[in-house]
Amino acid sequence: MKKTYINGTGCVSAQKTFDTVFLEDFELNEMLNVLPIQVPVYKDYISPVAIRRMAKGVKNGIVASALAIKEANVETLDAIITGTGMGCIEDSDKFLKALIDNNEEFLTPTSFIQSTHNTVGSQIALGLQCKAYNFTYVNAAVSFESAIIDAKLQVESEEAETILIGGIDEMSDYTAKLFQLAGFIKNENDAPFSVLNSKTKGATYSEGATFFVLENKKSVSTYAEIVDIEIFNKLTIDEVETKMNVFLKSNNLQISDLDAVILGFNGDVAFDDYYKNLAENALANVPQVYYKHLSGEYNTASAFGLWVGSKIIKTLQIPAVLKVNQLEKDSYKKILLYNQYKGMDHSFTLISKC
Amino acid sequence: MNKGVAITGMGIISAIGNSVEENYDALINSRKAITTISNIGTIHKNVMMVGEIKKTNDQLVQELGLSADNNFSRTAMIGAIAAKQAVKNAGITSINEYKTGLISASSVGGMDMTERYYYDYFENPEVVKYISAHDGGDVAQKIADELGLKGLVTTISTACSSAANSIMLGARLIKSGKLDRVIVGGTDALAKFTINGFKTLMILSDDYNTPFDNDRKGLNLGEAAAFLVLESDEIVAKENKKVLARVSGYGNANDAFHQTASSENGDGALLAMEKAFQVSGLQPSQIDYINVHGTATPNNDLSEGRAIIRMYGEENVPDFSSTKPFTGHTLAAAAAIEAVYSVLAIQNNVVFPNLNFKTPMEEFNMIPQTTLKNKNIDHVLSNSFGFGGNCSTVIFSRN
Repeated sequence: MKKTYINGTGCVSAQKTFDTVFLEDFELNEMLNVLPIQVPVYKDYISPVAIRRMAKGVKNGIVASALAIKEANVETLDAIITGTGMGCIEDSDKFLKALIDNNEEFLTPTSFIQSTHNTVGSQIALGLQCKAYNFTYVNAAVSFESAIIDAKLQVESEEAETILIGGIDEMSDYTAKLFQLAGFIKNENDAPFSVLNSKTKGATYSEGATFFVLENKKSVSTYAEIVDIEIFNKLTIDEVETKMNVFLKSNNLQISDLDAVILGFNGDVAFDDYYKNLAENALANVPQVYYKHLSGEYNTASAFGLWVGSKIIKTLQIPAVLKVNQLEKDSYKKILLYNQYKGMDHSFTLISKC
Repeated sequence: MNKGVAITGMGIISAIGNSVEENYDALINSRKAITTISNIGTIHKNVMMVGEIKKTNDQLVQELGLSADNNFSRTAMIGAIAAKQAVKNAGITSINEYKTGLISASSVGGMDMTERYYYDYFENPEVVKYISAHDGGDVAQKIADELGLKGLVTTISTACSSAANSIMLGARLIKSGKLDRVIVGGTDALAKFTINGFKTLMILSDDYNTPFDNDRKGLNLGEAAAFLVLESDEIVAKENKKVLARVSGYGNANDAFHQTASSENGDGALLAMEKAFQVSGLQPSQIDYINVHGTATPNNDLSEGRAIIRMYGEENVPDFSSTKPFTGHTLAAAAAIEAVYSVLAIQNNVVFPNLNFKTPMEEFNMIPQTTLKNKNIDHVLSNSFGFGGNCSTVIFSRN
């Protein structure tokens, strides 16, 4: 069975995650409940005409995918697989607002056309003139993980050799207001927002696009191997540890074999016990990493988590800003990622140095 | 040749019926269900022709036995109804007994509620519960809950080809042994969002849609949900399961031509069909019936027709029909309801009629089957294409 290697990455996020090594210029902002992204110079990647037409999620996706493809130095793709929890909400909000405000009259199609969830994947295909397999997953916090599952299936069955995968989510003004109303985004009066040891509900949100080129062979740019991945729609806090152990065992590993764990803590006091329970008990002796204080929460923030894991394996270090505990290892070879959102859409992803 | 993945159950709710039996009865009796709109408060309700499920949200809530404080979108409710039928039809009583997954497909998700409460959210605390019901994942989660399913749950959204891709992923997960059993399909309710969106694209017909007719004016939107149960050969053997049909081939490709239009010669469509034949090991000549995408837009039918001719040659195209004159174009659910119709075609040895056809297209000589035709059917090819150039083909075969 062929293995799946991460051979290129590209990331647009609330941090400077391109043209850098690994978060050396991070900005920790605990005063905002919606973090703005570090906007790339779009015109370096996209024509000025297209820039005006495209929503930011599409632009970020194109930039992040271009970075990943360039780093992996691949010419053709056998599949383009994206994940997005909320889809192209900027365009869909725009069309919906126009529809309601004008009582269904005087509408133009542009924002409707770009509101479909697969806009990013299809615009990348259009730009590359890539007629290959093209899927988009839209299942909240496992949207990106579904793309990984699909890609691994294709590599293992030798249907594909080179695959572009990515996770993209946008934030729009309207959606941010709704999320604050529903309590998904932290109340601004509760600032400052610390992710670890938070006492308040909700999370600091953001947006981003993180892409990876996966291949069935190692290359000079290889970061890590994606060894295994599994998703569960619902688990209780107690079930998580059992499922994690079964997952590790099926890969002939136990907790003591792990060099680090990357946990999706987002500062929501109502649900961070899913992570805390593992961190304080089963994983207490493993170096622990968190990242959503830098990336913000969004449905595909876990793709930023995989970017962090890939960088740790490649650079052989964990930047202090990412550490939950102070444990260290001489080298970081086997890393487990665990993520969930509001007790749903749990994922375990195992990556390994190769 | 590979045997393909077994289909052991199916469920459906569409404009032409609330069960597999009702849908079949409408199909063989040429009973279309394209009408004006009764369930949505839109300015187009008295003029626009759609395939609407004639049940109110309150009736759907009752049917599912949901509590008053539920936050189900219409998309989630019709999806849950179809998925429950499919599981029952497959004779499954203990859903988590085997490693079971759910792969849903949706393009509008809970948009029907978001558009209803767009401004009310900020005035009325009672409707805030629907904010979390907007995304496609919420729909799948609710269907999983209604089934009591715990495990791999995901959703695909590639516009109008979505459900074909959920069938495809499900078949691959069974083949690879990652899952023993998977419920696959799609659901989309009508919404002002899509009604107005397609209207701005000027691809809606103000009359009954007429696929592959020279004078076709566009599509009728519809709403529907359908799910199929796919099971591994091990379960089928162990439980002596009745196999309704098999998923024998599938292919996905991107047209890479335009965000909303298909290429003139159907490059993506041809690629998808070619891949599906490769996977199935079947020869194109073995297909007895093509359930075409056939939306009745000028662009789709020309592009799809040319792709089929490139595959077969103009003289050798198998019997084909579009069932969209019955149901309307049900977007992300379309490939799922047409999968059910493909299985019904195999089970009953019938080609369903392509209603409303009068005049052959001037670009080529392709005449759809316009009346119910009885003949032996072993293999059905079903096409589905979507915005973003997404092209999918699934082949269904007799056991």
